[in-house]
Amino acid sequence: MISAPAFLSNPERFMAFSRWAAPLFGGLAVLLAITGLWLGFTAPEDYQQGDTVRIMFIHVPAAWLSMFAYFCLGIASFLSLVFRHALADAAAKSAAPLGAGFTALALVTGSLWGRPMWGTWWVWDARLTSVLVLFLFYLAYMALRSALDDETKAARACAILALVGLVNLPVVHWSVNWWNSLHQGVTVFAKGGPKMAPVFLVPLLLMVLAYMAAFGALWLVRIRGEVWRRRADAALSRLART
Amino acid sequence: MSLAWELLKRETALSWGRGGGPLVSAGFYLGVATLLPLAAGPEPARLAAVAPGVAWMTLALATLLGLDRLFERDYEDGALDLLTLSPLPLEFVCALKCLGQWLATGLPLALAAPITEIALGGSPTLAPLVLVSALVGGLAFAFASGIGAALSLGARRGGLLTAVIVLPLFTPPVIFGGGALDAFASGLPWSAGFVLLCAYAAAAIALGPLAMAAACRNALS
Repeated sequence: MISAPAFLSNPERFMAFSRWAAPLFGGLAVLLAITGLWLGFTAPEDYQQGDTVRIMFIHVPAAWLSMFAYFCLGIASFLSLVFRHALADAAAKSAAPLGAGFTALALVTGSLWGRPMWGTWWVWDARLTSVLVLFLFYLAYMALRSALDDETKAARACAILALVGLVNLPVVHWSVNWWNSLHQGVTVFAKGGPKMAPVFLVPLLLMVLAYMAAFGALWLVRIRGEVWRRRADAALSRLART
Repeated sequence: MSLAWELLKRETALSWGRGGGPLVSAGFYLGVATLLPLAAGPEPARLAAVAPGVAWMTLALATLLGLDRLFERDYEDGALDLLTLSPLPLEFVCALKCLGQWLATGLPLALAAPITEIALGGSPTLAPLVLVSALVGGLAFAFASGIGAALSLGARRGGLLTAVIVLPLFTPPVIFGGGALDAFASGLPWSAGFVLLCAYAAAAIALGPLAMAAACRNALS
């Protein structure tokens, strides 16, 4: 039995797999998003938050994905650091801008939701701050990646930074919690089941799945692009040598 | 052990003499502290409220000053290559470099911190805690920022890049240190924040050199 990362670590197999997997995930994301948004917009208004509760279907999945993408980035960086695998590095490199995008989306939609609910665009609350620091980690990763010219050196340096971030993020998260809290506590994974009506929970979970599928599709497309770019670079340098 | 002692002396002397040293750091520190009343207004009540926080944040910023030279100067003149060949493990060498940097800049800054805090109108009873937390926090900053300095070796605009990498790592010690000072100033139990600050410093000292050494080996490969 061959495991999934081992199976995909062969670039040829990966390219063959992602060729049909990327459009599949993309189609799945569109279907799930349409269903999730339809159910979300036909759901009744919340008794406290009114219509603005619908921002949740955009905001909460983005916030989850911002952390999930960093987790993927960390795993890919670990694999690239330990096995010196080029494809794992391509995966890490491709995950960072996507994660930064989801984090920015979570911050912006959270801000838009905070205005009618809390009466302010931004508060220095624990969760908001830790998501902002997560965004800074993504920025640092991308800045380091773009500042180093040598690709193999950039790959290892960025992998080390991603792992340092992976160790630090729980500490950051915990420290900001220690510092202050106004954000809604854990609702979906609360003890004794989700504290949310099914009429909201079902579209929310559909949207989470849609975001996950969209992330998968975009990630695969970006890795494919990175592989093609490296092949083009290699071909160019071969051409230059002859 | 005498090898380690020689290396520590070298690192401290280099940080002290070149790349700014304590005078430039202290000058920057006092300069920022002087700008605060000019920017926020000189009313004592307003200043006293933010004094511990500003003393603490300026310390974090001043740590960044000599940072771009910490590994870069040895990388450029080839000394880092020789250091990797030394009988001392590279992790230990990196730890000594950070310690030297802290002795040359962190220690003088920590001595300046309570003076700044009192000059800004903070309570004198707070001064000992400011001094001790600045000492411990300076260690945490030095070891966390060494990671950024080692990672940006050989990068374009390394100094700015180091700051971007390092500042997110500073969030926990700033929170813990500022929290301890805030709690002390308002008469609440402050030891939790201070102990957590010490814990973060200990973790940075233990784990930071591993990342630094890996980054140096990568830059030299």
